[in-house]
Amino acid sequence: MRTDERELRNPAYTHTEEPDEPTAGHPPTRTWDLLGWTRKHLFSSIPNTILTLLCLYLLWLAIPPVVDWALLSAVWSSDTADACKVEGAGACWAFVEQKHRFILFGLYPFGEQWRPMVAVVLFIGLIAGSCWPGFWNKGLLAAWAVGLTVCGILMWGGVFGLTYVENSQWGGVPLTLILSVVGIVAAMPLAVLLALGRRSDLPAIKTVCVTFIELIRGVPLISVLFMASIMFPLFMPEGVTVDKLLRAVAGITLFTSAYLAEAIRGGLQSLPQGQYEAADSLGLNYWQKTRLIILPQALRIVIPPLVNQFISTFKDTSLVIIIGLYDLLTTAKTALADPEWRQFYAESYIFAAALYFCFAFFMSRYSQYLERRLNTGTRR
Amino acid sequence: MKNLFTAAAMAALAVGATAGSAQAGTTFDAVKQRGEVVCGVHTGLAGFGAPDAQGNWSGLDIDVCRAVAAAVFGDAKKVKYVPLSAQQRLAALQAGEVDILSRNTTWTLTRDTSNGLNFTAVNYYDGQGFMVPKSLGVNSAKELDGATVCVQTGTTTELNMADYFRANNMKLNPLTIEAFEEVNAAYASGRCDAITSDASQLAAIRANDLPNPDDHVILPELISKEPLTPAVRHGDDQWFDVVKWSIYAMIDAEEQGITSANVDEKKGSDNPNTKRLLGVTPGMGAALGLPEEWAYNIVKQVGNYGESFERNVGKDSPLKLERGLNALWTDGGLMYAPPAR
Repeated sequence: MRTDERELRNPAYTHTEEPDEPTAGHPPTRTWDLLGWTRKHLFSSIPNTILTLLCLYLLWLAIPPVVDWALLSAVWSSDTADACKVEGAGACWAFVEQKHRFILFGLYPFGEQWRPMVAVVLFIGLIAGSCWPGFWNKGLLAAWAVGLTVCGILMWGGVFGLTYVENSQWGGVPLTLILSVVGIVAAMPLAVLLALGRRSDLPAIKTVCVTFIELIRGVPLISVLFMASIMFPLFMPEGVTVDKLLRAVAGITLFTSAYLAEAIRGGLQSLPQGQYEAADSLGLNYWQKTRLIILPQALRIVIPPLVNQFISTFKDTSLVIIIGLYDLLTTAKTALADPEWRQFYAESYIFAAALYFCFAFFMSRYSQYLERRLNTGTRR
Repeated sequence: MKNLFTAAAMAALAVGATAGSAQAGTTFDAVKQRGEVVCGVHTGLAGFGAPDAQGNWSGLDIDVCRAVAAAVFGDAKKVKYVPLSAQQRLAALQAGEVDILSRNTTWTLTRDTSNGLNFTAVNYYDGQGFMVPKSLGVNSAKELDGATVCVQTGTTTELNMADYFRANNMKLNPLTIEAFEEVNAAYASGRCDAITSDASQLAAIRANDLPNPDDHVILPELISKEPLTPAVRHGDDQWFDVVKWSIYAMIDAEEQGITSANVDEKKGSDNPNTKRLLGVTPGMGAALGLPEEWAYNIVKQVGNYGESFERNVGKDSPLKLERGLNALWTDGGLMYAPPAR
């Protein structure tokens, strides 16, 4: 009876089975019906109808010009910018066609750019492989060791007949990936230690951790990068220089670790006291307790804020533009220095944004998958 | 015990001091030992210093780096380019990360003194100007009273313009926009009557970003002085001389009519100035601590100043800049090299 009432009020849900069959003990199958859905969600009242029509009108205004600009009138391929400068031409994707190698790989020697390409594919393969729980064993560590060595050999060269390429010439996607992945991976253990240290009973350790976290969190990333890139060399004796890329990675790592530490501390605090007491009663020492009982639970809770911070770090690497490193966004901007093509800045930035989006979207979806998987049984 | 400490401290100080004095004044030695010149350049400014789609650097500032490499090593390719942002450029030179800063940098008093830099020789005289559509019928910046002017925010350009309008008792309607590209787009679409920027940039905008370049005119008044000059750090006068004279050699070569095409022929010239410059009459190279072929190598591999100008920013380039102030002094410009003798 109740189902029938709901059907009357809500035409979106209808039976597909014989209508005269009694419904008792037989739940109605819900199927989606366009007309019903539309009536319920879009035209249920007069204000809703007006809003729907207004939105449709705005979409009608916005979408056709965008589609026309980006697809229909776009210039897809051309050796010179003249084809894009004619009246009525849309997006100049020919710009991306001409400059994509610079945008993707920056100043890496042109003839050798297959090397960063292979390295990036390998690197992404490693990351994607590590995301698959079936591979979570000791073999994965070995795969990373081998994979990173191969990537290093490809990027630097100097052996096996590959010419040596200084890391000051790296740029584009490889640089963005190195800055963010190394930054995040190196920051994680540091962040765990900082979070544990902040909750430590030892005053010295606690003070150091609190000071570090508050100091780093109190300043913007851009000033950390400035310190690493500009102030640091001034304090060094003349002639002693530390690699620019290393300084940037160190800055990003320190910055990220402070934020991750606070997220992890949240996880630690949310564990019931009983977990700590239970671990103690088993006779586990501090590190056993932390490693086996506390951290696995705490880290699982904080997956969303951790991934949030990962995505944020990934995008923040674009700030290295102010210290003259050619990350993905800088190469997209530098490609515009060519006077012939420089009016097509929208295309350049859209291309870079699309690449950033792919990576960030992957991270976001993966974290949702991971949450579902790890939360089996404790879902609330 | 105390004596031991004192002795140790003295020894440490002495070592530190020797290390210090060995370092000071040895940029030139460090460059020679390294086998390449480390040159701080712009991350991407058309005509002055920018990598192309293949990552090869070119530009007026780049040619200074190449000239110095040609003078020191006889090979213009022995340069390592370090792209620097505007914020880090001075510190990078001070900290010794680069040997030369050739990055579109204006020579000012404070930079020359308290920033610890030595500016070598001006390689481009720039200045802030105005561009208007010809249809506006304006012939002088003084007639811009009440005009809407497009300008990029947060730059000295904006301040210079405000000063100029105030000094001339004119009413100003600035249309300030953050991104350089959008400033150009705003002007192109007619949102403002005039646009202000460095004259070199205005010329580049006219040549590249406006549908009909001939419909626009750059007004004759320059309201600021921007002598763009490569710099080295304090402490090595010999290196300072090498960089300075590498630039002068290019200017001098143009004045004497020596080009990359005819430099071999000019070696046989009877002109004593040409013979001295090209090392046929020895002495100049030895005075600089360079091979006698130094200027010959510069002209042969990089070209004289005029060639470099036309190739990068002049009529052979997309920027299509006029020589203007950057013509030789004999042609009414400011480019003047002291005699090489």
